[in-house]
Amino acid sequence: MDLIDDPQPGENAPEFTVGEISGAVKRVLEGEFGRIRVRGEVGRVVLARSGHMYFDVKDDRNSLACTSWKGQVSRLTVRPEEGMEVVVTGKMSAFGGQSKYNMNVDDVVVAGEGALMAMLDKRRRALEAEGLFAPERKQPLPYLPEVIGVITSPTGAVIRDILHRLRDRFPRKVLVWPVAVQGKDCAPQVARAIAGFNAMTPGGALPRPDLLIVARGGGSIEDLWGFNEEIVARAAGASDIPLISAVGHETDTTLIDHAADRRAPTPTAAAELAVPVRVDLLAWLEGQGGRLMGAAARGLGQRQQRVADLARALPSKDSLLAHPLQRFDLASRDLPRALMRGVERRGGVLGAIAGRLRPQLLLGRIAQGREASAKLEARRGPALSRSVALSRRGLVDVSARLRLPGLSRDITRRKEALAGLAGRLEAASKDRLAREDARVAALGRVLGTLGYHQTLQRGFAVVRAGGAVVTTAQAAQGAAALEVQFADARVNVVPLAEGADTPTTPVPAVPAAPAAAKPKPKAKRAKPAPPEQGDLF
Amino acid sequence: MSETPVNEMSFEDAMRELESVVGQLEGGDVALEASIALYERGAQLRKRCEEQLKAAEEKVAALTLDGDGQPNGTAPLDP
Repeated sequence: MDLIDDPQPGENAPEFTVGEISGAVKRVLEGEFGRIRVRGEVGRVVLARSGHMYFDVKDDRNSLACTSWKGQVSRLTVRPEEGMEVVVTGKMSAFGGQSKYNMNVDDVVVAGEGALMAMLDKRRRALEAEGLFAPERKQPLPYLPEVIGVITSPTGAVIRDILHRLRDRFPRKVLVWPVAVQGKDCAPQVARAIAGFNAMTPGGALPRPDLLIVARGGGSIEDLWGFNEEIVARAAGASDIPLISAVGHETDTTLIDHAADRRAPTPTAAAELAVPVRVDLLAWLEGQGGRLMGAAARGLGQRQQRVADLARALPSKDSLLAHPLQRFDLASRDLPRALMRGVERRGGVLGAIAGRLRPQLLLGRIAQGREASAKLEARRGPALSRSVALSRRGLVDVSARLRLPGLSRDITRRKEALAGLAGRLEAASKDRLAREDARVAALGRVLGTLGYHQTLQRGFAVVRAGGAVVTTAQAAQGAAALEVQFADARVNVVPLAEGADTPTTPVPAVPAAPAAAKPKPKAKRAKPAPPEQGDLF
Repeated sequence: MSETPVNEMSFEDAMRELESVVGQLEGGDVALEASIALYERGAQLRKRCEEQLKAAEEKVAALTLDGDGQPNGTAPLDP
């Protein structure tokens, strides 16, 4: 105990720099704990812009700072959410810069089935409320799909089981879309595979499946977690190709099972849902073929039987014809005789009529007619005389009524009337003549005062040449002959040549023509009046 | 009878109609000419079903995916 000098407590303690102690603490933390799992409730979660994630895991008193680097975050199967009960896995470490320790987390799992199931239930209810699982969205599976698309791991028992069962039942074309069936890649790959099969065009380079199977073998709830993700459930719900989900064992129910058109408890069961059993169908077809032929044969047989029965029931040709034949024989035997009888009967009738038809009959009728005619002829003369006598007597009667004295009286009366009318006519004529005479005399007097003849009385004369009045000496000298009108008559004269003195030769007067009165048209019109008056009488 | 030509019918449709044809023939109240037509139809349907059942061949391929996870071809699958 005393062998070693121990001068003062603490003096012998090693002295660290801050850096040394920080490094030592870090080493101790990392070395002492190694890789550990910590359970707790997730507190605040921060995803930094750098991609690193910072979150706390706590219990009711303590808090553990956790970090996940960017590369680790993308590999987390469960993204920590506040309030989630988790078990984080990683290593303890320290950050000297802030004198803090923390845990670097590379895996997060939901702690305990209860918590996980509670979270799943919440998610399921949300999608259910959206109608994603509604029964009316379910499509019927094709009875016999040509191409089956299987979304699963290309290796492992699941695809083998499916192919094996398909081969047993009904070999089909199978397209496998390889996906990760657990881990963080699982959900996006499965969702993309469902959408990718739907995007194939029918008849394209790759045959579009008419049925999809999403399959995975059994595992822990964490292993199956990818099939609980929302994107997977939505992709399955949106698939136009009918989809069978077969994830895990029968007791495991994942979200995709709700969204799928059918849920198979196992991958093998999915293959059984997918196709019918070929040999069964062959047998069925065989049976149908037999029934088809049997029914057809039976139908024919029955008809043949009926035909035969009916044929037997038909009476024979001879029996059908016997009676008509007999009638025919009778009739043909009677025919000639009947003809002869007919002729004979008609001959008798003709004889009877011809017997009555004799010339005597006609002659008798002619004699009768002639007799009647003679009688009528005899009555003709007396009848005519009687008619004339009758007419004559009528004439006498009328003549007797036609008496002369009446007629004479009538004539006398009309003569007197005629004399009266003649007297009145004469008187009226005289009266009218006297009146017109007086008018003519009066008009004559008026004419005398207006005409140029009065002027002639006073010693003037009218000179004319060729009927036109000559009013100048020049014109008179140019004329070959002149006519001079005096009051009593006209004289034709010839104008003297220079110095000659030839007595004018009187020319017998011509009565004043209407043309002579041209220069005095008014007088000319008045002058002919008296002769007109004379014409009137 | 369906308007679809028999050789374009799906297995299921052909099967359903074949059943119906057999049923009608077995019922026996079909006129002779109609029953002959029915039988012929049934024979065609049966042939169609048979062809489809015989055409059962297994062909399995896995899709190969490009970098974006899109299919770019197929490869034989040997699970």
